[in-house]
Amino acid sequence: MKIWECVICGFRYDEALGLPEAGLAPGTRWDDVPEDWICPDCATGKHDFEMQLVSV
Amino acid sequence: MSSNESNQMQEPVVIVGTGLAGYTVARELRKLDAAVPMILLSQDNGSFYSKPMLSNALAMKKDARALASFDAAAMAQQLNAEVRTHQRVERILPGEHKIAVDGEPLRYSKLVLATGADPRRLRIDGDGADQILSVNDLADYDRFRQALAGCASVAILGAGLIGCEFANDLCAAGYAVSLIDPAGSPLARLLPERVGAVFEKALGERGVRFHIGRGVAAVDRVLSGYRLTLDNGEAVVADVVLSAIGLVPRTALASDAGIVVDQGIRTDAWCRTSAEDVYALGDCAALEGKVQPYVLPIMHAARALARTLSGQPTRVEFPVMPVVIKTPAAPAVVVVPEGEGEWRIDSASHDTVHSARAVCHHLHSGQPIGFALVGAATADKAALLKELAAAAAAAAAV
Repeated sequence: MKIWECVICGFRYDEALGLPEAGLAPGTRWDDVPEDWICPDCATGKHDFEMQLVSV
Repeated sequence: MSSNESNQMQEPVVIVGTGLAGYTVARELRKLDAAVPMILLSQDNGSFYSKPMLSNALAMKKDARALASFDAAAMAQQLNAEVRTHQRVERILPGEHKIAVDGEPLRYSKLVLATGADPRRLRIDGDGADQILSVNDLADYDRFRQALAGCASVAILGAGLIGCEFANDLCAAGYAVSLIDPAGSPLARLLPERVGAVFEKALGERGVRFHIGRGVAAVDRVLSGYRLTLDNGEAVVADVVLSAIGLVPRTALASDAGIVVDQGIRTDAWCRTSAEDVYALGDCAALEGKVQPYVLPIMHAARALARTLSGQPTRVEFPVMPVVIKTPAAPAVVVVPEGEGEWRIDSASHDTVHSARAVCHHLHSGQPIGFALVGAATADKAALLKELAAAAAAAAAV
């Protein structure tokens, strides 16, 4: 499980935790996050900015 | 078509400023139009960085270089645009569709002002006042990090979003932090006072020393740092003093050109200034007279403006926009209500010492129009956002 960080706002997506309120179950890998997903803190799209990998 | 007309069409879109606003407009425009020439002008080195992370980077052990995710050359390549660094825009000549940059004229088809803002400065007495730091860009952050070297304590002026985030970040990195603000509670513009008190308690338990309800009268140099004299005569000693009391939009370029300025560079809901083909967004702009701080409004404005620039005039529509305060000791999320409402504190649902949930209800309809969550209650964010969006949609349908 990896942790990814939005390069715009620093929001962290932890694959282990998922984002249940956005319909992403714990364990959802970044690759499996839908293409129309947007960062909950800054509304950046998945396409626009590759989230940076901060830890594996 | 004569070659002259063809040239006219090839005049670039010129974007002044390479902060989040400038770069995001460029990126969005490039998605819509692969061909339009774009020139971005930066007063600094044009690095792209996450501005919200400036007040969260210390505990993550990130220095300025680590925060700069792409340099100007990389941005130019990504955007297929020209990024000119260390440029000073001297003048806008809206009638001629021209700006003067370091003495040279530059023609534009459309001009975007994304010039940002300057840190607000207080008038403070004392021989240390001119050494108070503020952090509003990556270069500031670098200076701040250098000033911190070998230091143990920091006094922060202003317990707003940035001041509180820095306080938490510095505390987590091992510094002794004093946080001073004349308002009655921290985050006073965002949180109702009782929620602010919970936030204050949580941050206080982490070691932040609050001086709430206090202004700073003087900052004097002492042997190994500074002595701050508060307006009640109390003294606070710190190695570094950081000011985080808000921003003043950079409007001089626009006002010198006769462009209408009020709280910021005034635009309509399409980001249009009073001058033809001149647009503004971000911290320098007052969209329909209102400066919209924070990241989320910039992203929405940038997307709409890019459409407008590409030939499809698009009104900026803001959805419900939560403000996230990244203070791990007391995370907070707020939707600031527009218009008058009544705050109701809901104390049943969570541990009320370190967590608070307040919802603001419209005075007449009783519908939710805002909320403030601290601590464990931030888990309610998604559900409350849905409620607010539904209430807003219902209100719009009436």
